[in-house]
Amino acid sequence: MKTTKSTTDRQNLRNGLLFCSPIIMGLSVFTLYPVLASLYYSFCNYPMLKPPVWVGISNYRTLFHDPVFYTSLYNTAYYAIFATPIGLGVAFLLALLLNQKVKGMALFRTMFFVPSIVPMVAGSVLWLWLLNPQYGLINSLLISMHVPANLIPGWMADPLWSKPALILMSTWGVGGTMLIYLAGLQDVPVDLYEAADIDGATSLQKMWNITIPFMSPHIFFTLVMGFIGAAQYFTQAFVMTGGTGGPVDSTRFFSLYLFQNAFQYWKMGYACSMAWILFIVILLFTLLLFKTSARYIYYGGEK
Amino acid sequence: MKTFVTGLKYLLILAGAALFVIPLLWMLTVSLSTPEQVAQPGIRLWPSQFKWDNYRIALTLMPFGKYAMNTLIVTFLAVLGGALSSSLVAFGFARLRAPGKDALFVLMLSTMMLPAMVTSIPLFIIFKNLGWYDTLLPLIIPSWFGNAFYIFLMRQFFLTMPVEMEEAAEIDGCGKFRIFWQIMLPLSKPALISVVVFSFVAHWNDFLTPLIYLNSVDKRTLALGLATFADVWGVDIVSLMAASTVVLLPVLVIFFLAQKYFVQGIVMTGIKG
Repeated sequence: MKTTKSTTDRQNLRNGLLFCSPIIMGLSVFTLYPVLASLYYSFCNYPMLKPPVWVGISNYRTLFHDPVFYTSLYNTAYYAIFATPIGLGVAFLLALLLNQKVKGMALFRTMFFVPSIVPMVAGSVLWLWLLNPQYGLINSLLISMHVPANLIPGWMADPLWSKPALILMSTWGVGGTMLIYLAGLQDVPVDLYEAADIDGATSLQKMWNITIPFMSPHIFFTLVMGFIGAAQYFTQAFVMTGGTGGPVDSTRFFSLYLFQNAFQYWKMGYACSMAWILFIVILLFTLLLFKTSARYIYYGGEK
Repeated sequence: MKTFVTGLKYLLILAGAALFVIPLLWMLTVSLSTPEQVAQPGIRLWPSQFKWDNYRIALTLMPFGKYAMNTLIVTFLAVLGGALSSSLVAFGFARLRAPGKDALFVLMLSTMMLPAMVTSIPLFIIFKNLGWYDTLLPLIIPSWFGNAFYIFLMRQFFLTMPVEMEEAAEIDGCGKFRIFWQIMLPLSKPALISVVVFSFVAHWNDFLTPLIYLNSVDKRTLALGLATFADVWGVDIVSLMAASTVVLLPVLVIFFLAQKYFVQGIVMTGIKG
């Protein structure tokens, strides 16, 4: 009996390894090794053409005295703090609107969703022109509404307005989050609303006591994913500023500065230490989100 | 009162939908206008004439055929290999019993949190040493080893399927791989389609990987080509909008063809657990 069991065990292991071999190899070669190597390089002077030389914490020390590092950190924090909640809020409002029993819902859903699959490069090129101070649609609209000339934003030409411009653009692409919320809203039990109606609850009370608790797992999931995405914000800023992060470094986001260090200045070790700081910040913040919000999330009576 | 509220809802939805669609409409309008029309003040959301010739001009300004070919090669090979390997691994996670399977699954999911920039530098060095710099290989090969998100989607789908059929096949002497290939895969078409669509959009739109690995002009993909095109001084807005529209078009077509599955796939990502 013991031998048959160990034969099945061995067979199970063999089959398991066989089917999972792509991801085991993939994780080892494309994730695990690079993560460890980048940790090692972060303690090295590595100008790409020469082999890495161990320099201890010197990269990190330089980094903490690098003003551009702080600028890029500030830019990314600014973006994450505004773009994530605004995006989630807009997505939630759109989902609430579409969850009303209206005719043509599928069509409207598509209209809200399509911008989110527009290739980032095409979207960035488009918005660069939408936001163009002279020819752009948005400023044309503001001018036609007789907004005084000194109040019309310069958008990507003005360091004060460049980040709001990018946040505005990111709000255009919240269609995916909206679909997640829409699916969640359709799972909220209708009888709870009916019971609340009988008790004479207002719409606001129903929203706060029924909808929001039932939606909390979805909100939490999109908050975590939105934050992780925002912390790595790169492509749009790169395309819209030709890789410079201008004007006056106002869109030099953390990942953009990291990219410049790695692939333009060829300071691989320095870039790796930035990457590890980013990784640790994301990890800590995600853990913090999990810890602080665990008791606010309602899993439909499972817990 | 009731009709008033319904009317208000429609008004709000229509206004919102207009805000989301107008940028794309504007892009199309500009791409079909003359530069003089674009320079005039005011708002135009429908072209007064359809200058389709703009598209021919825009596509000859850059080596469009070359870019399109590169993008098609990358997208086709990466999507095909990625979908096959991901569903293979997903089957392993959903059906096979092996020690350490759950730990591996959790490890795999947690790598989705890892910023791409952490691995990008050592990967760049690996691929450079392999002689793959300035080739399409770094854009294709990594996806052949499975993608955590697609594996998750496929696994969730496999878990909903009844095991009786597989057990019957097993009694008839069918091996695990044949069960996967001849029973599970054909039955999981909806999930497979959503993985293919996700993967298509991701590879078609990818910018960072081509930016890191591709150097020569004739190796560029559409996304990278369009970005460099936009960056070149003096390229007019009409050509830019025409080129952007062309790059966007295949994604739109794929989306409308597979909308049902795509929406399902996104909905599944938000499901707890």
